[in-house]
Amino acid sequence: MTRSVPRIHRIRRTARMAAAGAAALLALSACSSSSDTDSDSGTDSAASSSSAKLSGQVTVFAAASLKESFTTLGETFEKRHPGTEVTFNFAGSDTLAAGIIGGAPADVFASASPKTMATVTDAGAAAGTPATFVRNQLEIATLPGNPDHVSSLKDLTGSGLKVVLCDRNVPCGAAARKALEAAGLELTPVSYEQDVKAALTKVELKEADAAVVYRTDVKAAGGKVTGVDFPESAEAVNDYPITLLKDAPNADAARAFVELVKSAEGQRVLTGAGFRTP
Amino acid sequence: MTESAAPKPAPTGADPGTGGPRRSRRRGRTVPLPLLVPALLGLAFLLLPLLALVIRAPWSGLSEQLSSPEVWQALRLSLLCATSATVLSLLVGVPLAWLLARTDFPGRGFVRALVTLPLVLPPVVGGVALLLAFGRDGVIGQWLDAWFGITLPFTTTGVVLAETFVAMPFLVISVEGTLRAADPRYEEAATTLGASRFTAFRRVTLPLIAPGIAAGAVLAWARALGEFGATITFAGNFPGRTQTMPLAVYLALQNDPAAAIALSLVLLAVSIAVLAGLRDRWMSAS
Amino acid sequence: MTDTGERKAAMDAPEAPRSEVGLDARLVVDRGTFRLDVALTAAPGEVVALLGPNGAGKTTALRALAGLVPLSGGHLRLDGAELDRTPPESRPVGVVFQDYLLFPHLTALDNVAFGPRCRGARKAEARARAAAWLDRMGLAGHADAKPRRLSGGQAQRVALARALATGPRLLLLDEPLAALDARTRLEVRAQLRRHLAEFEAVAVLVTHDPLDAMVLADRLVVIEDGAVVQEGGPADIARRPRTDYIAQLVGLNLYRGRAEGHTVRLGTGPAITTTEDLAGPVFVAFPPSAVTLYGARPAGSSARNLWRCEVAGLESHGDQIRVDLTGELALAADLTTVAAAELGLHPGAPVWAAVKATQTHAYPA
Repeated sequence: MTRSVPRIHRIRRTARMAAAGAAALLALSACSSSSDTDSDSGTDSAASSSSAKLSGQVTVFAAASLKESFTTLGETFEKRHPGTEVTFNFAGSDTLAAGIIGGAPADVFASASPKTMATVTDAGAAAGTPATFVRNQLEIATLPGNPDHVSSLKDLTGSGLKVVLCDRNVPCGAAARKALEAAGLELTPVSYEQDVKAALTKVELKEADAAVVYRTDVKAAGGKVTGVDFPESAEAVNDYPITLLKDAPNADAARAFVELVKSAEGQRVLTGAGFRTP
Repeated sequence: MTESAAPKPAPTGADPGTGGPRRSRRRGRTVPLPLLVPALLGLAFLLLPLLALVIRAPWSGLSEQLSSPEVWQALRLSLLCATSATVLSLLVGVPLAWLLARTDFPGRGFVRALVTLPLVLPPVVGGVALLLAFGRDGVIGQWLDAWFGITLPFTTTGVVLAETFVAMPFLVISVEGTLRAADPRYEEAATTLGASRFTAFRRVTLPLIAPGIAAGAVLAWARALGEFGATITFAGNFPGRTQTMPLAVYLALQNDPAAAIALSLVLLAVSIAVLAGLRDRWMSAS
Repeated sequence: MTDTGERKAAMDAPEAPRSEVGLDARLVVDRGTFRLDVALTAAPGEVVALLGPNGAGKTTALRALAGLVPLSGGHLRLDGAELDRTPPESRPVGVVFQDYLLFPHLTALDNVAFGPRCRGARKAEARARAAAWLDRMGLAGHADAKPRRLSGGQAQRVALARALATGPRLLLLDEPLAALDARTRLEVRAQLRRHLAEFEAVAVLVTHDPLDAMVLADRLVVIEDGAVVQEGGPADIARRPRTDYIAQLVGLNLYRGRAEGHTVRLGTGPAITTTEDLAGPVFVAFPPSAVTLYGARPAGSSARNLWRCEVAGLESHGDQIRVDLTGELALAADLTTVAAAELGLHPGAPVWAAVKATQTHAYPA
């Protein structure tokens, strides 16, 4: 919770600057991309050598679950390429996709589901083929220290425990359903929450004894919940695809950001947040 | 009697009956443009989104959408909870309004500000606050659980509480305003006739401010019916138990916007029917 | 204006006889800058009018009697029972409020039945009693009317019936005729007088209208600035006002001075010759109609009281002209329109004012 405060400030500041000189920045980035040409775009632009050539603003639309790790990576990117600025728009993947298709000026899209990404590629808004950069898996979030000794998905059924799931209309709910089906289990929760954060909050506030959420959410909650792995989660793995967008205002810098996400360093940050490598 | 003795001016084209002049004057007056134009703009602004909802509604698939029992379950629950929340608001909100309007105690202005707080609080925050107070581990909730085995989150009662929390300020503000406008000397007159302060309130004040109470109750009911944030946060979302229409609409919107629109239309139609019906009844009663 | 001795006497008077029937009260209400301190006694069957200018504390006194304003001091006894601490709903007191305050959502009958119901009567019984009261007020035909359908006079009678239906031992009326237009007022005043005459317990009415007070009350208590300034029968007060306010109310020129035989020397200004033979501090009063005005100093006038004045203002007063004069003596004079025209009166015009000694009235202060 507290960690998010400086981030909010940062984003706000960024937004203000963007508003002040949006036109100028756009012009600048357009200039730089044309003068740099595409000669050295490939591998070395992603690394460190050509940092001086990148500048301007990179706008990244990313799934809400990527907030912590992508913010870290954005800071790394800015440090490595002085003169660049990474602006994030974190929201539900569906909302972001709708914005991109509607013409929002974004450079990069990182989605929490291939299905959502497909709506963007189908609309012809992506440049190239999206690549899966991480996977997210379900985990059981229990009260701190797991006082009810939950060790499997089966332990959640018929034990008198208050369990919350995500609604089947949202991705984590669909995934939980798939996992339960794979395990052949019937689970009646006390509530179908509107999103994964809401489900997690119920456990954090001790209203529910357990929730089926993503590993990354358990990680992000710190010590407020305890995560329990379960084998059936393999049946409901969530792939996260990322892509450069066709109308990216700052394609070079955007490409470099995508490479940073896929690089070893990017993967370290992401697995640190609970994601799995693809 | 004395009035009829006064010389009556003969307005041209007025009805011969009593009250004729007044009626004709009202009819003849034109509405000034500086009022009419913004009024119509305001009306259009309020109605256009609703109209868009109707225009874009998936009329062909509507019957299929509405055949789902979950829809009717959610609607029934919505009406039940909103009505219960309104009744609960009336039971405690009217006395609270009376206290604020008719008594003097230190910090009354501050208390009034606190009462309106749920109006400005984002409902989700309200829901979290309710969890912290009445949740299983909440400030009060832990004792409810320990002593009486009562847990409120994830129950229909929880929905009613969440809706009451958000809707009651509307009732209190409305009733307090009516009470302030009502002449407190009627209560005094009742007192001199032997009525206790409570009897005076019940037999004199209450009937006098009934229109204000009705208006406040309608506001509260409407607010409760549309309540989303506090409800889903405090009471969760389970079909038949805590899933009200707004929750069903929101979740349908994630995956199936057409279904969401269909559900919204049902909620709209029922609200309009109820509000229009009540209004007619009150109008004729008063 | 009046001496403190007078006030003190009025305050102390009721302390002496502690009567076991009727009203015996000393009402003290402190309200920051305003202090009401009024002693009030009345025998059963007596009608007392509290008369005074706006803001004098009349209504506060009435509310204190009803228990709607707590006493800061003093006492309140009714038929021997202490009422100081009794809440208003338990006092045997009926109130007719200034604008009646009939409950708008109840019919005339239910308004009147309200009191008996609250005092424990069963519904049918209360309504029967209410119907009897309405009948007595000549309102049997209006029992089912809501207050907004009643005329001012009818509403006043319903209010009276409502106040009387509980059988109060003290009836309070706050400006009972103020809400009525001049025509209805005349009629209602006469009716009210009849009903008050029939009432066997104490009635206290508050008014700023001297006519209402004189017609309705047996005794007047004049209040100014929260204190009693004069008390007595209507005729006495009308003849012998003791403050400018009362003098104005009853339409007299009033002066205070020291008498030496037939001459009253005013503190500042001239002397007035009277017929009474008095000594010491006195009041002198004479009506405006007793004043004669002259354009020039009258030669050989028999009037001993002759003053040089100047017209300060003119005002028509029925078929008379009321002339306000300043100069040697400030006074009001009434004369006919014709006389005023002949004198060519206008503000600033110099005149001579004369009053015959036989027209003045002097009495000890």
